[in-house]
Amino acid sequence: MLKHYETVFIATPVLSEAQMKEAVEKYTKLIADNGGEVVNEENWGLRQLAYPIEHKTTGFYYLIEFKATPEFVSTLETQYHRDERIIRFLTVALDKDAVAYAEKRRAGRAAKAAAPAVEEAPVEKEEIAEEEIPEIESND
Amino acid sequence: MAQENSEIRYLNPPAVELRKKKYCRFKKAGIKYVDYKDAEFLKKFLNEQGKILPRRITGTSLKFQRKVAQAVKRARSLALLPYVTDLLK
Repeated sequence: MLKHYETVFIATPVLSEAQMKEAVEKYTKLIADNGGEVVNEENWGLRQLAYPIEHKTTGFYYLIEFKATPEFVSTLETQYHRDERIIRFLTVALDKDAVAYAEKRRAGRAAKAAAPAVEEAPVEKEEIAEEEIPEIESND
Repeated sequence: MAQENSEIRYLNPPAVELRKKKYCRFKKAGIKYVDYKDAEFLKKFLNEQGKILPRRITGTSLKFQRKVAQAVKRARSLALLPYVTDLLK
């Protein structure tokens, strides 16, 4: 029984384009080799980190959405731990709402890729983004 | 003049500051999943120091407050949001 997962990893900014590609390939291959199935990939590119990790202030973010057996997750994470190129990772199981959201996001990104020059931010959440939270006074 | 003023006030008693009722934005907008990848959205639930705001201030329902908290913590671990900071926003 395959479960739906999503994993994001941050690779060191010192990698070249080709090295990054190689790292990504390694993990997609690992998923495929263990009877999993890659559903979606997203390359977020080089991003500023909110705080330094291993004395680095930027990193390459990469997201892979996949289906795999629950046992596979620990295999994947062991590989992450052993990989010096990876400075941080997060693997999350997706429930049904999350899967629906992920699909919507994928559709949104596909549309964006088709019609470029539209700023980032998932479409669905944009409307809410405009209204203010009523009465936010931070008092601490 | 002063008397007139006081009389007017008497006729229209000073409005006891009407507070807008707080509501849960997730329920209102029908959002079911709180995405940890959308740091800009999660910032609405943080104060300037990057701390999670209590329900009493944001009006989020308990169900979604838990999800927001989970999402914020995930975002923090991925360095999408800071753990501690000054002057976020």
